Amino acid sequence: MISLKELKKGLLTSLWFVFLTFPIMVIKVDPFERTITWRWHNAVYMAIGTFCIFFIMKFYMQRKEMKKDTQKDSNDSILQKTLLDTRKRNIFIGTVLAVALLFPQFVSSYQTNVMTTALMYVVLGLGLNIVVGLAGLLDLGFVAFYAVGAYSYALLNLHFGLGFWTVLPIGGLMAAFFGIMLGFPVLRLRGDYLAIVTLGFGEIIRLILENWGTFSQGPSGISNIPRPSLFGLDLSLGQAINYTYYLMIVFVIITIFVVNRLQDSRLGRAWIALREDEIACQAMGIDKRKTKLVAFSLGAFWAGAVGVIFAAKTTFINPASFTFLESAIILSIVVLGGMGSIIGVIFGALILILMPEYLRALSEYRMLAFGAILVCMMIFRPQGLISNIRRTYKFDKTNLKTTPK
Amino acid sequence: MLKLENVQSGYGNKLAIKDISIEIKKGEIISLIGANGAGKSTTLMTICGVVACRSGRITFQEEEIQKKNPDEIVSMGICQVPEGRHIFPELTVKENLDMGAFLRKDKEQIKRDMDYVFSLFPILAERRNQDGGTLSGGEQQMLAMSRALMAKPQLLLLDEPSMGLAPLVIKQIFEIIGQINKEQDTTIFLVEQNANQALRVADRAYVMENGGISFSGTAKDMLSNPDIQKAYLGI
Repeated sequence: MISLKELKKGLLTSLWFVFLTFPIMVIKVDPFERTITWRWHNAVYMAIGTFCIFFIMKFYMQRKEMKKDTQKDSNDSILQKTLLDTRKRNIFIGTVLAVALLFPQFVSSYQTNVMTTALMYVVLGLGLNIVVGLAGLLDLGFVAFYAVGAYSYALLNLHFGLGFWTVLPIGGLMAAFFGIMLGFPVLRLRGDYLAIVTLGFGEIIRLILENWGTFSQGPSGISNIPRPSLFGLDLSLGQAINYTYYLMIVFVIITIFVVNRLQDSRLGRAWIALREDEIACQAMGIDKRKTKLVAFSLGAFWAGAVGVIFAAKTTFINPASFTFLESAIILSIVVLGGMGSIIGVIFGALILILMPEYLRALSEYRMLAFGAILVCMMIFRPQGLISNIRRTYKFDKTNLKTTPK
Repeated sequence: MLKLENVQSGYGNKLAIKDISIEIKKGEIISLIGANGAGKSTTLMTICGVVACRSGRITFQEEEIQKKNPDEIVSMGICQVPEGRHIFPELTVKENLDMGAFLRKDKEQIKRDMDYVFSLFPILAERRNQDGGTLSGGEQQMLAMSRALMAKPQLLLLDEPSMGLAPLVIKQIFEIIGQINKEQDTTIFLVEQNANQALRVADRAYVMENGGISFSGTAKDMLSNPDIQKAYLGI
């Protein structure tokens, strides 16, 4: 099974990795003693380790290829099959909902807080999913809209004393407006160029917030932002955390419902068509400009609304919360989960946000693990964890015969 | 029905079509033939509004359209089958056809039209749940034409329907072009390299050379014209 050629390739790969990791694995400099320790054994471990990993990967790749030949539906996971069956789907959704509702009763408020954060990223992911997954516009500055929402609440509250529920739609609309502002100049751009411009846009917003001190109070941020209110009741901290959690659950449900409806609508079709072929879209009479702008603004709306919730939840915001890394994480959620797939994005968000929280012991290696996971994903499941379920109507053979020939 | 008067257009600072005038009457099949780079596709794109018209007038049913957006022009009843087919590869055949009817709201009629295109191209009916990208070249061309028909255009613009297809498939496609023209009363403007086939199916034809119209007349005359025979028909 293993040919000489592969063996050679494996050897070369492991040698290359030894070379790459040489400075950190082998050389150890002691600055006080002014000595250098050469840990050659580490190089050997590295070589053996890489060599093994290389062949394990080869083995899995081969198995995947074989599978592809033998069975066609290997891409459909168990979850997808469950979701296609109406009865099973209802049971599944019911269970998830019940667990979600009872969750804060059984765990500490720290856990609830972490979960609320994860749910916020679910909505952010679903918002970005409209732009990237459906309309195919690579947006690297999505966090800018999140910042717009958060600062809308913080500033409107600070200067005009507006409450959470008033600002929630305003924050969303402000972000949507900024989405259109970004959308106009980039209408003609595609692919890499679009990514660069959106990246720049995200940085511009952050830099403005950081440097325009009189407007946004600069890097020191805005504190004492009130938590969401509940009919004027006074809530203790624990209650407030639970309340934000349930608020987020409701918000996630609303988002899923709306995004799902959008996906199946005429507009959703237009987005998917735009992603696939712009020329054909024009030939079919789709208004390219309007469709793209709507995608940008609708995606931004969710980010803005979540931004408001974020400001209310943490009661303090500063520009450091809205760096490019956030955009990258949200984008990873969409790509990891599966572009265009709602359930995929939900799982992507939960995995990417919860995993680092529960692996705090390994926090130094967090980014390393993050990168490794993404690389592996792209090799083994480029379509994402749970790829989009396409609504198709399958005909059986007897049905086929009745179609006109 | 469609009238181009002294139309100029191009890309950047280069004019691709210089001062051309074309007239298409209702119910006709008009062919536009010419060599590579003569400006045939640009002419089509200019009619559709994808490439901006620099000067001159384009009128469709007595209404000026040279300043309109592509989607407005489609909604007026001009539909294009772009060169190289441009189907949506990840949508199924049926979804591709649905996209063709994007601007229409009459569900019943859409369903009937879909049955009609399935009767024109039975192979598409068999493959209605297959992704567009998995079809063969000929089937993709059929799908692209069907998709345009789903928009129920009064004027159908076809850009090189024979590109990269086997002679037998080309013959079938051209037969159907004639059939659509008769059954649906759709006016057809056909841009082709394959002059032989294009002239056989057409009523009248224009020949393009270096961005201008060098010759026009009935298709029958052209087929027997020695210059055209030599330059485009290879006789």
